[in-house]
Amino acid sequence: MHRPMVTIDGNEAAAHVAYRTNEVIAIYPITPSSPMGEWADQWSATRATNIWGTTPLVQEMQSEGGAVGTVHGALQTGALTTTFTASQGLLLMIPNMYKIAGELTSTVFHIAARSLAAQGLSIFGDHSDVMAARSAGWAMLFANSVQEVLDFALIAQASTLESRLPFLHVFDGFRTSHEVMKIEMLHDDDIRHMIDEELVRAHRARGLTPDHPVMRGTAQNPDTYFQSRETVNPYYHATPGIVQALMDRFAARVGRQYHLFDYVGAPDAERVIVLMGSGAEAVEETVAHLLSTGERVGVLKVRLYRPFAVEHFLAALPTTTRTIAVLDRTKEPGASGEPLYQDVLTALVEGWPGPLPKVIGGRYGLSSKEFTPAMVKGIFDELAAPSPKNHFTIGIVDDVTHSHLRYDPAFSVEPPEVVRAMFWGLGSDGTVGANKNSIKIIGEETDHFAQGYFVYDSKKSGARTISHLRFGPAPIRSTYLIDRANFVAVHQFGFLERYDVLANAEPGATLLLNSTHGPAEVWDHLPRLVQGKILEKRLRLHVIDALDVARQTGMGGRINTIMQTCFFAISGVLPRDEAIAQIKHAIAKTYGKRGEAVVQKNYDAVDATLANLHEVTIPAAISSTLEMPPAVPADAPAFVQEVTAMMIAGRGDELPVSALPVDGTYPTGTTRWEKRNIALEVPVWDAEVCIQCGKCVLVCPHAVIRSKVYDNVLLAKAPATFRSTVPRWKELAEQRYTLQVAVEDCTGCTLCVEICPAKNKSQVGRKAINMEAQLPLRDTERANWDFFLEIPEFPRYAPPTSDGEAAAPAAMRFTNVKNVQLLEPLFEFSGACAGCGETPYLKLVSQLYGDHAIIANATGCSSIYGGNLPTTPWTTNKAGRGPAWSNSLFEDNAEFGLGMRLTLDKQVEYARELVRHLAPALGAELTDALLTADQDDDAGLEAQRQRVLQLRALLAGHTDPAARDLHSLADVLTRKSVWIVGGDGWAYDIGFGGLDHVMASGRNINILVLDTEVYSNTGGQASKSTPLGAVAKFASGGKPMGKKDLGLMAINYGHVYVAQIAMGADDAQTLRAIREAEAYDGPSLVIAYSHCIAHGINMAKGLDQQRLAVESGHWPLYRHDPRRVATGENPFQLDCKAPRIPLKQYIYNETRYRMLVQSNPEAAAELLEHAQAAVHARWARYAAMAGQGA
Amino acid sequence: MDLSTTYLGLALRTPLVASASPLSMSLGSLRSLEDAGASAIVMHSLFEEQIHQEMHQLDHYLNYGVNSFAEALDYFPDLGHYNLGSDAYLQLISAAKASLHVPIIGSLNGVSHGGWTSHARKIQEAGADALELNVYYVAADVDVTGAAVEQMYLDVIRAVKECVTIPVAVKMNPYFGSMANMARQMAAAGADALVLFNRFYQPDFDLERLDVVPHLVLSTSHELRLPLRWVAMLHGRVPVDFAITTGVHTHEDVLKGMMAGAKVTMMASELLRNGVERIGQIEAELVRWMTEREYDSIRQMQGSMSQLHVADPAAFERANYMKVLQSWQQDPTSVLLR
Repeated sequence: MHRPMVTIDGNEAAAHVAYRTNEVIAIYPITPSSPMGEWADQWSATRATNIWGTTPLVQEMQSEGGAVGTVHGALQTGALTTTFTASQGLLLMIPNMYKIAGELTSTVFHIAARSLAAQGLSIFGDHSDVMAARSAGWAMLFANSVQEVLDFALIAQASTLESRLPFLHVFDGFRTSHEVMKIEMLHDDDIRHMIDEELVRAHRARGLTPDHPVMRGTAQNPDTYFQSRETVNPYYHATPGIVQALMDRFAARVGRQYHLFDYVGAPDAERVIVLMGSGAEAVEETVAHLLSTGERVGVLKVRLYRPFAVEHFLAALPTTTRTIAVLDRTKEPGASGEPLYQDVLTALVEGWPGPLPKVIGGRYGLSSKEFTPAMVKGIFDELAAPSPKNHFTIGIVDDVTHSHLRYDPAFSVEPPEVVRAMFWGLGSDGTVGANKNSIKIIGEETDHFAQGYFVYDSKKSGARTISHLRFGPAPIRSTYLIDRANFVAVHQFGFLERYDVLANAEPGATLLLNSTHGPAEVWDHLPRLVQGKILEKRLRLHVIDALDVARQTGMGGRINTIMQTCFFAISGVLPRDEAIAQIKHAIAKTYGKRGEAVVQKNYDAVDATLANLHEVTIPAAISSTLEMPPAVPADAPAFVQEVTAMMIAGRGDELPVSALPVDGTYPTGTTRWEKRNIALEVPVWDAEVCIQCGKCVLVCPHAVIRSKVYDNVLLAKAPATFRSTVPRWKELAEQRYTLQVAVEDCTGCTLCVEICPAKNKSQVGRKAINMEAQLPLRDTERANWDFFLEIPEFPRYAPPTSDGEAAAPAAMRFTNVKNVQLLEPLFEFSGACAGCGETPYLKLVSQLYGDHAIIANATGCSSIYGGNLPTTPWTTNKAGRGPAWSNSLFEDNAEFGLGMRLTLDKQVEYARELVRHLAPALGAELTDALLTADQDDDAGLEAQRQRVLQLRALLAGHTDPAARDLHSLADVLTRKSVWIVGGDGWAYDIGFGGLDHVMASGRNINILVLDTEVYSNTGGQASKSTPLGAVAKFASGGKPMGKKDLGLMAINYGHVYVAQIAMGADDAQTLRAIREAEAYDGPSLVIAYSHCIAHGINMAKGLDQQRLAVESGHWPLYRHDPRRVATGENPFQLDCKAPRIPLKQYIYNETRYRMLVQSNPEAAAELLEHAQAAVHARWARYAAMAGQGA
Repeated sequence: MDLSTTYLGLALRTPLVASASPLSMSLGSLRSLEDAGASAIVMHSLFEEQIHQEMHQLDHYLNYGVNSFAEALDYFPDLGHYNLGSDAYLQLISAAKASLHVPIIGSLNGVSHGGWTSHARKIQEAGADALELNVYYVAADVDVTGAAVEQMYLDVIRAVKECVTIPVAVKMNPYFGSMANMARQMAAAGADALVLFNRFYQPDFDLERLDVVPHLVLSTSHELRLPLRWVAMLHGRVPVDFAITTGVHTHEDVLKGMMAGAKVTMMASELLRNGVERIGQIEAELVRWMTEREYDSIRQMQGSMSQLHVADPAAFERANYMKVLQSWQQDPTSVLLR
């Protein structure tokens, strides 16, 4: 039977089989498994069928806990059911997994295995999650490559039906789930061949039905629970045999033979590595190399990890084995060894016929840490040592407990016939997409094997990508990044100054450079390091001005097609004409449905490329004086210099264990040291035109625009180009005002220009803020910014009066946007998307309350741009105060924040008790002042801080336990503001139960929901906040149900302060609502409209969209303030006018709605009608609540 | 009363034709136009530039932010098919032809040579009875001569005529150095009819926001004068059918158009403002007016007041301009006198 060769990734391979062999699929997004659910949803939306010719039902749930509950129910009623997950998602499934296994239920969960959040979250791959689930009673089958994912998905499905044990089908997150590989596809008849129809019917027959009622889920007692638990043993005993038989059946049909344990290596091996997962491929590749040099080594690949078949394991291991290294891709702190190590030891002790081999265990590859042949060689070398190190680590330097093995990083087994190409690009230039196309071209149109793996940035704006592509005549087992590239393409010239892009170029390699400098000039513009490596490695250099070609051919900034054409032209992987024909074929396939104009511009770009591609004659010597600047400036703190800077430079792998915090505690305020210089254009202030309204400062998502009012005399030391003007506050007219831009931190989003209301009276096209090229301004504005930072912050309150008793009334109240611009932001330069709609709200909170705020942040975009290393944006003021921030999980954030509140409430209570207890020693005046302090404003807070200082001084040296306790608790006597922050995925879905409970608690917490109406961080899946008619992943046909009214639910409690805000529509209302929410002594919920890249909008127009959302009635602004009841007022106030534009005028500016019009206009029209009706109905309800006529 | 006329070789029941407008954007409203009495319907324009823009826009936003961040490699599901390009427009023509009885005239605004011809062919294949070329170039380039601009119009007409067999009308604008000569050249290039005139939506200034804003103003009867004059002057001199499409609001406007020499008058603003039923009302008023004055047919009056047939042909030309100015001075309501 002919089976097509396809180039797909692991997620698609798993989803392919899962979709064809199931009837019900419950899904929930979590990286890196989300694409499996997305595939299933997409296929279901297009009515693709399973092997029985019917379309599986795909249901998105509110959490993994919800997904597994649904799966359990569907299984219990007889449907073939599956789900996909990873990491914390799998942990949320564990309670149900015990049930599913205990009830001997056939199902396969496909797991893109990922690290668990411990000292920090990680989205990357290891086996921590599945190892945490290993005791649930599920069979566990590990696939090591994309081909094996496809094959094992089927073998697992067949096995679960026969064995009745549920299966976890495991493959490594990212390394396998996201690796694009050429594999042989299975035919549907192959799948049918493996799935026994009688077993399917038997599964169905076990389903609950009132026609033949039975019950499951009983509560059992000491008399029978134990025995019941043992009833399943025969099934576990039988399973290995069943799986092997099915592997044999698979081999007989398809030709690929697998075993429960596959040994590869010398038949008389003395040294053997045992492991499972993608790392086994690298070991196998290394073993093949070492065998050719005569070494007696081998690798034993564990396929079926649970049930662990001792006899099969022992039979697979060569009897000559003398030393074994068992590698675990997980860490079980405190255990006598990691799980696989323990299993191997047990198996050997139980059944090895002769003297036991020496067994050592080691950890490798946590969180997708590279695992290379060099490391494998190091392990084999260690196995040859007289006393090999046990409980070792490989791939890191552990200078604390000295667990690591040394190895020679120069060792490589990369075959010379393989094309190894690295591409350095930007996310926005399309490099990765073009490379995925190149893999498909070579994989599917030639006999070559192909592999692609892509490394992404930790930032969402200005993100760098590195593509690793291998092409060769034999199957590729290199499950690690390219470290010897024979082709390096640098798609952004600026990378040459920031990264050592040629570190992995091998001698004689080709360098392709996108450069505005032509072949005659480019050499003189290369940094010294680059020139040196070109000469040292004798590289060939080609240049093209791809941006120019892109502009000429209508491609804008997307140079992908052009650079792809260059790659094919230079690399010779295909004959040039054939390559161009194939590129065009791929373009038509990829872009054809976006219209012929899109295809044509890509064709034009291909055709214009070759004439602009030039080889450069390399001079004989280095001529450049341009050195690579340090990653952080010399005045950065020591930790930033020693640790953060390494991560910024892409050298975090070199950091030893001792360099890193032991408990995940990191300093805040580190983004300021990472000057990314990603904006081509930056805002420039025109003081003459500016009306000092503060709107640009308010909306800047990255806090790069700031203003200060300060004493005139400070200007004496100002740089010559520093600008200032007279403040437009009457009471400050004697001082100076400056609006300063941090051009090195700006993302160039232009929100500031869009919001600026002041136009130049002579040229209305210019405003008080105008975009200009960054490069010519960089040096002068860097100096200006540094000077600006030295200017004292505007005082938040008037200084105390001379008698020192009380603060004078505040000179300025920060109750309007104009005044708030003068408050220092304590959230700056985040890695959020350029033009992010969420971050302005966070920045505003940080300005108002940052110096006494504790923030609980749900997992999601805000926890990633808020807490993703290397640098984090939450920072401190000059006094060292600032937001204390933490992220617990996705699902528990409200509870996490409540816990913080409870600590404070308890500690305040105890501290106040101690103050009273120690009153005689403290004196009545201080006691009374501490206990009765009004801390509602900054002056009050500062006065209390001073009293606490006084208190500490008085208590210092006291040995009385009460005094010492009060000394340790004194700081809680100054008021703290607890903020619970997260997105709609958290608030509406996975965290809603907790959110509801926390609001019901009545405690004084402030909840800020950054509502993008979609799961933004995981790539745009629908949440219950997604509006009717919007297209999202898991809602491909447009969301058929309306958006949940979270605010109204909270209002129903009566005691909750609730506000719905949209900064772009009414910034004054936003400010008012946030201030009222914070001031309210009880639970507050603020729901903030946050425009988002996942809406498919021009982000520069995000604030306009916010306005239109309000004007159309989609997003009514309101405040519900329970305090108003006491004064006889209606607590509910509408802060906007009745809808005055049709909904379509707002929604059809957004791709999420428009793409439904383009794909299914009838459905779009119908959903629009419903959505418009819903807008009117909601407005009528709100108007009635507000006591207005609708 | 015989209200019948011919236009583009099509026999029409009356000269009351619905011109391109949002009213021809759905099958439902097309039906209501026919039901209201339109004798033919000009579809809204297929804008090649807009089609391209939609394609590029979709491409842009589906590319935006993708493959940049490991957790969110894209943001939208792949919907498999997008109804881009002219598909929806052509489907509407086909649907209209299947369920309506009146002639359907396609309308096309192209930007590229290939776009004009390929879309024209598709409109013909979709079943349109005729095609109106909504062709205009805003001659804003200071380096492009009037002659070059005129040549672009003629090239488009020739190219389209070469690739379709259905009749082709050209909706023209009055801003040519020599209108009459241009009309003749268009006829020579193959135009079967000239539609006078294309109305351009001139932008306005928003003084509050200091923005240039688009400003759509529906026409009024007084705008009839310009096409009326030109039809009257060209009738009989340029061998094509004429249609008047600006300022037609009343039966009197229709009558004037016919007398100037038009074969049909087209309405959009009046229908948008006062409803499609205005077609029937105007038809009734036409019949009443003609009956009262003992006309037998529309044909009888077509061209009766063209320059060729009036007693004072010079009334259409420059001298007339002087009189108009004088008449302003005599008008007690004139703003000029205040």
